[in-house]
Amino acid sequence: MYSEKVMDHFRNPRNMGEMKDADAVGEIGNPICGDLMYIYIKVKNNHIDDISFQTFGCGAAIATSSMITELAKGKTLDDAMKITRDDIAGSLDGLPPIKMHCSNLASDGLRKAIENYRTKQK
Amino acid sequence: MKNVYLDYAATTPMDPEVIKEIEKHYRVTYGNPSSFHKIGQNAAQILQKSREIVASLINAKTDEIFFTSSGTESDNLAIKGVAFKNKGRGNHIITSSIEHHAVQHTCQYLETQGFKVTYLPVDEYGLIDLKELEETITNKTILISIMFANNEIGTIEPIKEIGEIAKKHDVIFHTDAVQTLGKVPIDVEEMNIDLLSASAHKLYGPKGVGLLYIRGHGVRKGWGKYIEPLFHGGGHERGLRSSTENVPGIAGFAKAVELCKRNMKEESEKLIKFRDKIIKVITENIEDVYLNGHHTKRLPNNVNLGFRYIEGESIILSLDMEGIATSTGSACSSKSLEPSHVLLAIGQKPEDVHGSLRITTGRYTTEADIDYFLEKLPPIIEKLRKISPLKKGKKYTFDPTYETNHHH
Repeated sequence: MYSEKVMDHFRNPRNMGEMKDADAVGEIGNPICGDLMYIYIKVKNNHIDDISFQTFGCGAAIATSSMITELAKGKTLDDAMKITRDDIAGSLDGLPPIKMHCSNLASDGLRKAIENYRTKQK
Repeated sequence: MKNVYLDYAATTPMDPEVIKEIEKHYRVTYGNPSSFHKIGQNAAQILQKSREIVASLINAKTDEIFFTSSGTESDNLAIKGVAFKNKGRGNHIITSSIEHHAVQHTCQYLETQGFKVTYLPVDEYGLIDLKELEETITNKTILISIMFANNEIGTIEPIKEIGEIAKKHDVIFHTDAVQTLGKVPIDVEEMNIDLLSASAHKLYGPKGVGLLYIRGHGVRKGWGKYIEPLFHGGGHERGLRSSTENVPGIAGFAKAVELCKRNMKEESEKLIKFRDKIIKVITENIEDVYLNGHHTKRLPNNVNLGFRYIEGESIILSLDMEGIATSTGSACSSKSLEPSHVLLAIGQKPEDVHGSLRITTGRYTTEADIDYFLEKLPPIIEKLRKISPLKKGKKYTFDPTYETNHHH
């Protein structure tokens, strides 16, 4: 049911774990629905210098969180804000249709982290 | 790669003896049992013999066994059949809140057709309250439909006591025994069961064959004919289920029943041993895990465990990568994305429902399979808990406005 890429990210999640000294955290989802994602970022010169995640959820939820950390690392904050759900699904060679919305929350989580960072900077 | 099948409640592999039997009948017994000639009558004889074998397993009379295409069809025939035939008598149906969708959705459909349905709550183990059942019966009640044993948590309901109450109030009693037939002894006389659904593929028989036991072959004292057929046509199965009989499949069902009858005691002892071993080893070695369902009033082959802070689909996916087939009540693995109504009904918090894992064993399960599973599971739980932000004692918050309805 899942692509090889999804399975790869599920098996070996990249950048997984809590970041104690993160500059900002984005929290998205809801354990009642079955998904909860934390995206941690560290920012340097307006770029995403480091990023990590923690996820409670299904295989797709874990793989999409892992994938966004790879897509966002090194990007400017403005570019990182532009990453969409479709970008993540595409990079994973697609997701089952039923999972496109329920488990594909990582881009929203990242945007929330960046917004929180920007609010703190003001 | 290992192949350890621990999802016998979903379906079972066919017993080789059943396959042999079916194959034989596909080759030889090709006649239509309704035909006058010898070839047809041979098929009719096989059908009759199969009916006898199946009837003997539940202490029914041969003419009280009606073959259908599935457990779902049997549930539909029982519930809609009684409802539509007895509109003049009453419009109230009593069922439980943990029924299989084949019963639950049928009852919900009947609510749109003018029937009133009471969904009895269950306690933390999934057991209905007999006193409450009796108090719910009115002079409009025509049917009680309570499952024999639950497909998710394995809890066995007090069927004999329910049967007594139904008999006392002259209400028809249907039970969905899809998970039970062949696993624990069933006696429709002793238990006062009027209608009983079962399915061949749950007991090492073929898919596409089910049965409905119908007390008095559809005639009841004071009621007359009490079932309306779903299918109209050539009048097969005494007019209650028109459609040329699936003779090879039915013969396979009968063979499967014969094997269950022969092996039930020994098999159930083996499976209880496995069941209790899994529960013991896991609850002793993994933290924040609990058993769903009852400890003893439980199917011999069912284990259902809840693992806090992680989600079930990721557990079954990880087990699948090790060659172990299991199942979960998590929303994320279901087609509807709805969490298990059974686990919600026994009072679990939605976030805990997602972490459920169902392990169901069967005829071909070995001690080595159980040990392999018990070896592979703990590191999977540990890894997923590392990935999860939910932790023991940690309070989590979430934005309740964010897509809380994205599952619908």
